Amino acid sequence: MTIARATPKLSFEEGGFLAFLGLLAILCFVVATKATDGPMAFHATLGVLASIAGFVLILRNNLAGFTAPPQIVDGKPNYNFGPIKFASIAAMFWGLAGFIVGLYIALELAFPLLNFDTAYINFGRLRPLHTSAVIFAFGGNVLLATSFYVVQRTCRARMPGSIAPWFVILGYNFFIVIAGTGYLLGVTQGKEYAEPEWYADLWLTIVWVAYLLLFLGTLWKRREPHIYVANWFYLAFIVTIAMLHIINNLAVPVSFFGTKSYEAFAGTQDAMVQWWYGHNAVGFFLTAGFLGIMYYFIPKRAERPVYSYRLSIIHFWSLIFLYIWAGPHHLHYTALPEWASTLGMTFSIMLWMPSWGGMINGLMTLSGAWDKLRTDPVLRIMVVSVAFYGMSTFEGPLMSIKQVNSLSHYTDWTIGHVHSGALGWVAYISFGALYCLIPWLWQRKLYSLKLVDWHFWISTIGIVFYISAMWVAGIMQGLMWRAYTPLGFLEYSFVETVQATHPYYIIRAIGGGLFLIGAIIMAINIYLTIRQGESEAHASAGLSLAPAE
Amino acid sequence: MTSNVWEKHSLLEKNSILLLVGILLVVAIGGLVEIVPLFYLKSTIETVDGMRPYTPLELAGRNIYVREGCYLCHSQMIRAIRDEVERYGHFSLSAESQYDHPFQWGSKRIGPDLARVGAKYSDDWHRQHLTDPRSVVPASVMPGYPFLGRTPLDTTLIADILKTNRIVGVPYTDDEIANARLDLEAQANPDSKGVDAFLKRYPKANVRTFGGDPKQITELDALVAYLQMLGTLVDFKAYDDKANLR
Amino acid sequence: MTTYETISNFSQMTGLLYFFGMFVAVLIYALWPRNKKKFDEASTIPLRED
Repeated sequence: MTIARATPKLSFEEGGFLAFLGLLAILCFVVATKATDGPMAFHATLGVLASIAGFVLILRNNLAGFTAPPQIVDGKPNYNFGPIKFASIAAMFWGLAGFIVGLYIALELAFPLLNFDTAYINFGRLRPLHTSAVIFAFGGNVLLATSFYVVQRTCRARMPGSIAPWFVILGYNFFIVIAGTGYLLGVTQGKEYAEPEWYADLWLTIVWVAYLLLFLGTLWKRREPHIYVANWFYLAFIVTIAMLHIINNLAVPVSFFGTKSYEAFAGTQDAMVQWWYGHNAVGFFLTAGFLGIMYYFIPKRAERPVYSYRLSIIHFWSLIFLYIWAGPHHLHYTALPEWASTLGMTFSIMLWMPSWGGMINGLMTLSGAWDKLRTDPVLRIMVVSVAFYGMSTFEGPLMSIKQVNSLSHYTDWTIGHVHSGALGWVAYISFGALYCLIPWLWQRKLYSLKLVDWHFWISTIGIVFYISAMWVAGIMQGLMWRAYTPLGFLEYSFVETVQATHPYYIIRAIGGGLFLIGAIIMAINIYLTIRQGESEAHASAGLSLAPAE
Repeated sequence: MTSNVWEKHSLLEKNSILLLVGILLVVAIGGLVEIVPLFYLKSTIETVDGMRPYTPLELAGRNIYVREGCYLCHSQMIRAIRDEVERYGHFSLSAESQYDHPFQWGSKRIGPDLARVGAKYSDDWHRQHLTDPRSVVPASVMPGYPFLGRTPLDTTLIADILKTNRIVGVPYTDDEIANARLDLEAQANPDSKGVDAFLKRYPKANVRTFGGDPKQITELDALVAYLQMLGTLVDFKAYDDKANLR
Repeated sequence: MTTYETISNFSQMTGLLYFFGMFVAVLIYALWPRNKKKFDEASTIPLRED
């Protein structure tokens, strides 16, 4: 840490990244010149530009005499918040983008004219853009930001490296850009929630390994004897997503200079691998990771320890053990062998228990402090998110029962279920975490709690519109598809069910629109907090709503 | 638990690694038990007559199907449920998607299932429907794809595409790979010389001007060729359900 | 067919015992009285400021 400022010397980290980015720039340049298709040329060019930009930035910082910041300042850990700030802003940005695209495709289904008969914005290309933007871009950045924050705070240690954290955050967002622009250009593997092609997958793997190492590195540096349970959930999320991502995306490219690849698995095996991945993207990305948020941010905001630490340990192990089996419930009555589908159903039903254990643990953390729900809308958003978690994790096991699934599968009920989890649980706990995190990071008071209140109510009404429309539509579709006339003929043609769904698609779009309006209010609030929020130092003492750092 | 125990760095590291190993052990088992047997249990894929790999034109059409995200609104998996079998035909067999890299079973029916859409409608109907869906099905919410008929099919990599499929397990022969380009052109043009050789390699395959314009092969030709063969390969009159009870 | 049944019976039984054993192990770890102090301390980690 005491490298002389006068003679800029490359640290191991700087040298390593310079070499890596330099090689990457050359590799991308070669690919760009030899690309067999337009999208590959475009993406490789982006790769060249990004790696050169990274290279120049590192070099410039080095020449400017940048040295690694101290680990401890004034006896306190000198936490690394820069990359976390970037990720939380990115989360807000991608969240808005994802919600807007979601609203647009909802409108496309209600008014197909909006496809404009063009390739780039038809439903089939925009839907992966929506799902990836909200899950991986919005959710992913929230997870990156909160996990880096929580692991540092609960370990009381600065994370290792000074370039590596930026590499993880920027590299991840670069993956998002590649994936998203690819969808619009028709670059897709054709596997739900795993649409990015082989080269984007490879890049994400590199970034993810760096993420895992940084997370572990922070745990190794910790000055706290115990690894706090939130970090268990984060670690399980990181490790399991790595495993799922690598196996589900095994593919052979047609050419190393082209975008197209072919999946290693086929048919039934591919379906099993895909839903083993797909359901655990829900289980480990959208659940375990966000439970990590719950176990840190709710106790912190409520200023009381988690209801039962013992329950959290049981919750953790049983959740991660049971979730991994649940995938085949996406494939009931299909060509998947029945034993696999039965296994999936059994474990899905058992999963109800740990899920509700977690919900109870989150909710009961407020016992003795329920009055805070009246005064603190941020805490309210997080508590409602846990309630939605409980609701979705009851509905999920229900829908995994074969007989129920025979009705619900392929219908909009599934879409309603997903959104009660995604909007109610994932987005709400994320909003709550960002409302806490951004004031803490910038050391500002949140600009307006009143606006949080507005956000909460408008979005909640939106969610209710959305999920009830989809429940009704889904059950209606299921019943119409299986309806028989007294003479024993199928009563409805398929298109009659499409027609019958039209009003619900409009209600759904209204719900999505309200949810988006809520998020816009949030973005304004966040912007004003950072731009002109009262500095925490000037804020009067005793403000329990924004804990002093 | 005295605090100085925790000051030993190695023990801390071991602890988080233990946690990591524990997580890996716990999450690996579900996948192992559910996925691995599918690869070696013979009962996973039924023995059927008639299944063959896609012709080059059909495969090119399938690539367009994947590219446009058709699987997001159309399933290709008829479940073994009475109304589905009556609406769409015999329930889908595992064997029927054994050459599908990736599978396109789908998860949502905004539109109907397509597993057996082949030969149900005329090429004309498909052309019209893909170009302007609401001109044939007024209540449809499907996007129009008029650009498919205007875009010439890119065939430069077709042999490499077959070769890649062979690497991942589709049994294409050297002969089929070497003649991929010719086969593709022959299937879309009944008057071409290569038709006989093509039909020898892919018996019973459709040979037509799927896109309606014999002068050039467009993406529409390929997509219609793909749609018209979906679910038509297995002869269910000769198929014995009980022979494959699992 | 009989080998299939033998193997599947065997794996179902061992699987059940294995799962149950794992669950009991976690329960014991979580509820072991001596661990209580450690857990109580751990649960206050987020609340302590530095």
